[in-house]
Amino acid sequence: MTERLEQQLREAFPGDEVAVEDRTGGGDHFQVTVTSARFDGLSLVEQHRLVYDALATPLADGTIHELRIKTKGSQ
Amino acid sequence: MTEVSDQIKQVVENEDVALFMKGTPQLVMCGNSQRALEALRRAGAPVTVVDVLPDPRIREELSALSGWPTIPQVFVRGELVGGADIVEELEASGELEATLREKLGEDYGATEERVVTVT
Repeated sequence: MTERLEQQLREAFPGDEVAVEDRTGGGDHFQVTVTSARFDGLSLVEQHRLVYDALATPLADGTIHELRIKTKGSQ
Repeated sequence: MTEVSDQIKQVVENEDVALFMKGTPQLVMCGNSQRALEALRRAGAPVTVVDVLPDPRIREELSALSGWPTIPQVFVRGELVGGADIVEELEASGELEATLREKLGEDYGATEERVVTVT
């Protein structure tokens, strides 16, 4: 599952640094970290929305039970 | 009886700080809701809580309104501040208190936490 989420993030943020950690080992609690120049100048709410958009399917179908997001800009 | 969506809108628009969470401050049912609540407490925010668990429509209508897919959700004077990660990050950097001072006034302070029921 971690790989699937990483792949979806890489498709949404091509060329950017993405990392997914399964926090509990149960395949449904994740910490995702994305570093992208696309975040520059955006509010945290806007930054997290981009990550939510990338993971809309696993969020909607219940695959992801808990998601923690860390976003970083290019600076 | 007003619609669930109208009641949610009323809480978002009328409360200084609204926290939609799983459970109540007395019985928190989710780690991220706990994190958001604790960050708000550290900032001394006057929190009004809505438990989304009693009726799945609360969560559906809230996400439709905010465009934010997960719980918890924190609003200050009608504006979405974010979920647990953002609220924690803003509290740690001091920005949450700055936002509260700016929007609620320099002398904002925590009154007792209030729980509002949406039915």
